[in-house]
Amino acid sequence: MTATTLERVRPELVRGRGGGGPASTRTVVAYGFWIFILSDITMFSALFAAYAVLSDRTAGGPTASEVINLRHVFIETMCLLASSYTCGLGALSAERRQPDRYLVYSALTFVLGAAFLLIEIADFADMARMGAGPSRSAFLSAFWALVGMHGAHVTSGLLWLVYMVAQVLAKGLLPHVLRRQLCFSLFWHALDIIWVGVLTVVYLMGAR
Amino acid sequence: MEGPDRLYDRTPGVEDQEPTANFLSYTTGFGLAVLLTIASFIVSQTDLLWPPGIPAGLVVLAFAQIGVHLVFFLHIGTGPDNTNNIVALAFGLFIVLLVIGGSCLIIANLNANMMPTPMNMPR
Repeated sequence: MTATTLERVRPELVRGRGGGGPASTRTVVAYGFWIFILSDITMFSALFAAYAVLSDRTAGGPTASEVINLRHVFIETMCLLASSYTCGLGALSAERRQPDRYLVYSALTFVLGAAFLLIEIADFADMARMGAGPSRSAFLSAFWALVGMHGAHVTSGLLWLVYMVAQVLAKGLLPHVLRRQLCFSLFWHALDIIWVGVLTVVYLMGAR
Repeated sequence: MEGPDRLYDRTPGVEDQEPTANFLSYTTGFGLAVLLTIASFIVSQTDLLWPPGIPAGLVVLAFAQIGVHLVFFLHIGTGPDNTNNIVALAFGLFIVLLVIGGSCLIIANLNANMMPTPMNMPR
């Protein structure tokens, strides 16, 4: 059976395995950016490993359960989840060429992401004030490195979102703008996945 | 639905509209994620469960949560265009488990074999 016949009879056996011609640019771009996200997650795994190893090395300083405010963490988690949802709906509106909806959902995504970041910064400031800065103990160094790195990613995500909206306003929903928007939404959802790890390992297990 | 000849028209730069998701799939994912998050908070705070089993429960809930995010938000599915993404994900997961598991194993071993001195007493 030639490839053409196979493709006609069972297209699912051929597509994605080199059959049917080259993959669309959208698929290729998403794959490349997915590789970047996985490398970013690998970088985070080193910080997670450091935290796991150092989480009980408090050197007489505050322990995890003393510096964690679970109520704030719950609000932060819900903000980030909701922003992931609005980001997804924004991506959907962009794909359907609905710029007005895209702008509304992007504004919501920005507000929710910024709320997450403000609560996190306020908590960090509280910790620094009560003498739980990153130089106090190995546990706190690992804590600030891991949670701070996630916060830095959220900050750059917010900047990227502003840049994305500016592109949509200036250029419209052109194919290459849509591909950049796709990469942004992949990045934003991936940050939520990393937050699930931070929430479980640092906050929920630490607060017990 | 295009004919089979359409399959060969996909050259780089030519966009084909791939309906990856819809409103319902994002909403389902969001609902499941909220439920799993609330469940994690309850499990971590409750007195009803056997305390040593709680970290394992939290890890299971976290993996479920990550699965929901991958499927409903990142659209990592079983479609033909996703084969490469799945393979990359499997490799990434392998590296992550190697780094975290290996670090924990090695440091636990070192701690167990370390002579206790006043300087390195835990806490």
